[in-house]
Amino acid sequence: MLEAPVAGVEPSAGGPSPAVELENLERRYGERLALEGVSARLGPGQTLAVLGANGAGKSTLLRVLATLLRPHGGTARILGASLPEEAIAVRGRVGYVGHEPLLYRELTGRENLRFHARLHRAGPERVEELLVATGMERRADEPVAELSQGMRQRVAVARTLLGDPPLLLLDEPRANLDPAAAELLEPLVGRASGRARVIVTHDLEAGLAESDLVLGLRAGRQVVYEPAGRADAPALARAVFS
Amino acid sequence: MVVDALAILRKDIRVELRAREAVPAMALFTVTAFVLFHFGFDRDRLDGDVAAGTLWVTLLLATVLGVNRLYAAEREQGGLEAMLLAPIDRTAIFLAKAAALLLYLVALELVAVPAFGLLLLGPDLVGSLPELGALLLVADIGLAATGALVGALAAETRARELIGPLLLLPLVVPLAIAGAQATEPLFTAPGVAENLGRWLGLMGLYATIFVLLSVALFDFLLED
Repeated sequence: MLEAPVAGVEPSAGGPSPAVELENLERRYGERLALEGVSARLGPGQTLAVLGANGAGKSTLLRVLATLLRPHGGTARILGASLPEEAIAVRGRVGYVGHEPLLYRELTGRENLRFHARLHRAGPERVEELLVATGMERRADEPVAELSQGMRQRVAVARTLLGDPPLLLLDEPRANLDPAAAELLEPLVGRASGRARVIVTHDLEAGLAESDLVLGLRAGRQVVYEPAGRADAPALARAVFS
Repeated sequence: MVVDALAILRKDIRVELRAREAVPAMALFTVTAFVLFHFGFDRDRLDGDVAAGTLWVTLLLATVLGVNRLYAAEREQGGLEAMLLAPIDRTAIFLAKAAALLLYLVALELVAVPAFGLLLLGPDLVGSLPELGALLLVADIGLAATGALVGALAAETRARELIGPLLLLPLVVPLAIAGAQATEPLFTAPGVAENLGRWLGLMGLYATIFVLLSVALFDFLLED
């Protein structure tokens, strides 16, 4: 297992900027280091699986990449823009699905999407397109408060894709989805979407199966970073979860 | 930025119309406070400085309730986080929140002022309404700017229900002084305004300073 930052599948030279470039990234909450020494490089269209036990820093890493948290050390470049200085250039080009759907309960799914579409410079036709793609067109006029967790997750995915982002940050994206819904969303947020993805998951096997690179965190420190194809699942599990 | 602010404001109004949390609570608080003052003073009617102070202090305390609810949906449902992910100037969020609070305050006063006239005020209110309306509107702009700023700051803290009032009330003391001083002659028979322009100017200056200060600080406040 490699602890130094390496690239599993290098982006082509002279091609588009890497989706994510991290070098010794640090993030603290007060005095506590939540992330330390995280380095990674993810090319366009590639997938990075972030593995770790509860409290390992996975969600913090995702929130730093989404520009919701500032890095406190090291360097972070997202889609060619440095954080935190050029965060404004990143917003709208990154789709983030966290633990919460980030939807207003009093509004319907369609109203939520139309509101966010205005902020993401997307038209109403994009809203309708995503409602169909997520299978929510028939329930789009019900208040979000009356939708199941899985349906809220589908609307949240639609919200994430309004600006057609080239990079997706997904925190346990299938947590509330039944198999049929997960299959429905696969072309939108799966490998077939062609987008670069950073996926936080506890499911080691699924993470390895759908990623090009794997990054393991333990108590905020990077303990694994290697191509998923070379990863030894039992050794990875010991390094990250034991 | 203005287009984004209008979109956020429309969303806020729609959420408030469905949830009915902020304005009804503010109005109910205000009317209840007037009833308590009625019995607390043990007087049927108030006038002059006591009436002016009662009205302004009650409205300022009701504003605290509105400020506490201003960011409730953003905080509890993650709306602010979703907006922070959008490619918008964050000043648009401030402008929308200040405009929403301004509308809440105007709606509150449409209920509170007649209720005050009926329950507590001695002199007739009708003749003073244009002057009182102007004073309230200018004060509301200052309150809306201060409240939107303080609400954003408090929303990021754990003890937000405490932090909000503790920060807001000292900051609005100038409005309470100016409002009460300007209103006192209106609530004293025969209800003729004195130095109205001076007090309106002072309140306008307060509003201008806090709008500019809030625009300058808001983006910084939203950084973690």
